[in-house]
Amino acid sequence: MNDNQPILMTGNEAIARGVYEAGCHVSSAYPGTPSTEIQENIGTYPEIYAEWAPNEKVALEVAAGAAMGGARAFASMKHVGLNVAADPLFTVAYTGVTGALVINTSDEPGMHSSQNEQDNRRYAEHAKIPLLVPSDSQECLDYTKAAFIISEEFDTPVLLRTTTRVCHSKSLVHTGSRAQIPIAPYVKNIRKNLMIPSHARLKHPEVEERLRKLSVYAESTPLNRIIPSRNPEEASIGIITGGISYQYAREVFGDSVRYLVLGFMFPFPENLIQKFADSVDQLFIIEENEPFIENACKRLGIACLGKEVLPLCDELSPDRIRAAFLPEFKDSEADEAKIPSASSNRIIDKNIPQRPPALCPGCPHRGVFTALARYRKHVISTDIGCYTLGALPPLDAGDFLFCMGSSISSGMGFAKAFQAAAASEKSAESPQRKVIAVIGDSTFFHSGITGLINVLYSRTPMVILILDNRITAMTGHQHNPGTGKTLQGADAPEIDLYNLVSALGFAQEQLFQVNPHDLEAVRNSLKEAMDYSGPAVIITKAPCALLPEVKNSVKETFYQVDRDICITCKACIRTGCPAIRITGGKSLIDPDMCAACGVCMQVCKPGAITGPFTRAKEKAHV
Amino acid sequence: MSDTAVITTRIMLAGVGGQGTILAAKIISEAAAAAGLDVKMSEIHGMSQRGGSVVSHVAFGSQVFSPLPDLKTVDCLVAFEKLEAIRQYGYLKQEGLLIVNDLEIAPMPVLSGFADYPQDGLKQLKETAGRILVLDAAGEARNIGMLQVQNLILIGALSTFPGLETFPWEETIKKTVRTQFAEINLKAFQIGKDLAAETGHEVNRNQHGF
Repeated sequence: MNDNQPILMTGNEAIARGVYEAGCHVSSAYPGTPSTEIQENIGTYPEIYAEWAPNEKVALEVAAGAAMGGARAFASMKHVGLNVAADPLFTVAYTGVTGALVINTSDEPGMHSSQNEQDNRRYAEHAKIPLLVPSDSQECLDYTKAAFIISEEFDTPVLLRTTTRVCHSKSLVHTGSRAQIPIAPYVKNIRKNLMIPSHARLKHPEVEERLRKLSVYAESTPLNRIIPSRNPEEASIGIITGGISYQYAREVFGDSVRYLVLGFMFPFPENLIQKFADSVDQLFIIEENEPFIENACKRLGIACLGKEVLPLCDELSPDRIRAAFLPEFKDSEADEAKIPSASSNRIIDKNIPQRPPALCPGCPHRGVFTALARYRKHVISTDIGCYTLGALPPLDAGDFLFCMGSSISSGMGFAKAFQAAAASEKSAESPQRKVIAVIGDSTFFHSGITGLINVLYSRTPMVILILDNRITAMTGHQHNPGTGKTLQGADAPEIDLYNLVSALGFAQEQLFQVNPHDLEAVRNSLKEAMDYSGPAVIITKAPCALLPEVKNSVKETFYQVDRDICITCKACIRTGCPAIRITGGKSLIDPDMCAACGVCMQVCKPGAITGPFTRAKEKAHV
Repeated sequence: MSDTAVITTRIMLAGVGGQGTILAAKIISEAAAAAGLDVKMSEIHGMSQRGGSVVSHVAFGSQVFSPLPDLKTVDCLVAFEKLEAIRQYGYLKQEGLLIVNDLEIAPMPVLSGFADYPQDGLKQLKETAGRILVLDAAGEARNIGMLQVQNLILIGALSTFPGLETFPWEETIKKTVRTQFAEINLKAFQIGKDLAAETGHEVNRNQHGF
């Protein structure tokens, strides 16, 4: 790669490139949409030690430790991941670093693959660290490099905040070469680096002083830029914005207004903002979700228009900005357009069927959820991964969900409520309802294991299903401690879930391991586990149907329905397989989609479904 | 209001997770960049990919700001599936071109009997769209023995769109797809291109008086 030819890169690829060019030594991350491809791409640079950590707290702690040891270090995660990593974040903000530390948070306005819409810019203010916000891929690369320099210069972790539309949009990028950065010499200094109350009390004022210095820096950094209007005399409107919102605002207002684009968004450049506000007649603040910039302006007593007209919820889009600020658009187009957000596909024709995501044909979770259909009167505490889709119709196997790992710990709390209810009612007919927790392999390593320890410790009678599909699937197949491979695909020690759970103290009669494609085995283990008086764990082990080796092995294989035998009981339809549908009153399996898992055959009582069949090699009908 | 002398062409790809819309968007973006244009592309990863509705956007021109289109701003909507054509139709400009794969993939509410797949969807689109091109990309792909190359057939058809004919398509495809599949992808691209040339874009005279 050289400086001459621009390359199309996603924001995530550009951040990875920036990490590389900045001479970063250590990078740790946990996958999470929309951040995942940052670490996947960092993993392609052999100069950097790059790993998948079991969770974001571990990732940030690894990076913080490396930075303490003098390295340039990087950690990356999605917005909710920073909640998990918040504990180290707030204290490494006190100690500072020996080398440099940059933390990426990828936020998700619009929640394409997330459970909440938190705006992590506020973490920067809360933890008192600088915040950089790029608006396209070139800025992703440039700001990442700048973040390392700011971290080093001000002895602080730096938060790099991206959003889905920056992470997953491609634009042209000029790349550079890698800086050769030596490891900074570590000198023991416990007053700075070891936060006990007496040291932390000394550090807190230094953090405040650092913030003051950073706010001076914010006034002059080129990361904050003013874009003049094409006709300076006419520039009566000024817009303060940043991130993807700048691109949308620019689409709407073009070069007819003046912009202050905040790439360095916290601490706020108060004088710059004040001067900019004074230079225009009318000030608009255009930002997604929280009124972060707007509140800063209002604290300064600057009159501006922002969230009074812009929505707090969902993504922005050029049309949403038009509807908010342009009265003529509001009158003419708004009713017809209904102003969809950028998250599209919601508005056009409400009468056509929705297309929610579904478990793939051949998904090893299907057997588990099909077996769980018999336990609908019980409560299913689900978790974050592809198996969350089991909560949707027709499988309907899910009652509640909070966050990574909560299926087990919150499921346990729920079980305590059942126990308390049963104790107070003392009625003989009080239903024997149990809690069943459903969690995947990677999520279990992430934060399920601590909950499981608590279940055993508290002797809570509940059933925990660990759905081990041999990969972190939802985010696109990342390795985890159970797969036996590293981020780069090299061999690694494989942590065996059965041995791990067994080592905690789960005895043979309360620990099962089955093949989820074998419905009878799943049903039998479920029955035994549900009948068991204390906690019980079932590990279902079969690889994700989308893994290349699995996909290739069943490519030419399929099941089919004998339409003379089919009685249209729809048992196969209730497995929620996208390859099966009713046509002409009978079930039909699409042989192209079928992945030959055989679950439909096992639920077909009349025996209408048979297979697997192998397609003839020559199938072209030219 | 907008920037003087900035004209952006917008392509929208709509389909079902797993159909290859992201790769298709990548090829279009790379081809536009190789033609010397500023390009932005937007895609969504994650949960919706598991058989849900997916869209990718490509925008190119002298300078591109928003990677996303607004309603009625898309120059060409390439729908990999009929229901998705209906779902995203509102993004197409009135005079825009709609390319539809004549393929029906039933979504879960239809499979499980909660909803019906619209039977007259294609007819409706033909009556409404300014310009429409309907292709059996799935059938054509099956004919050459690889269902996955439907996306290249659709790109082939798209490549005939005014302004896109001069993009270095073949080179870009060779660079983008895996070497062992280059030949069949190029073949698929040519099929799409030929089909579009044969059929021409069906212009709806009733609606827009072309």
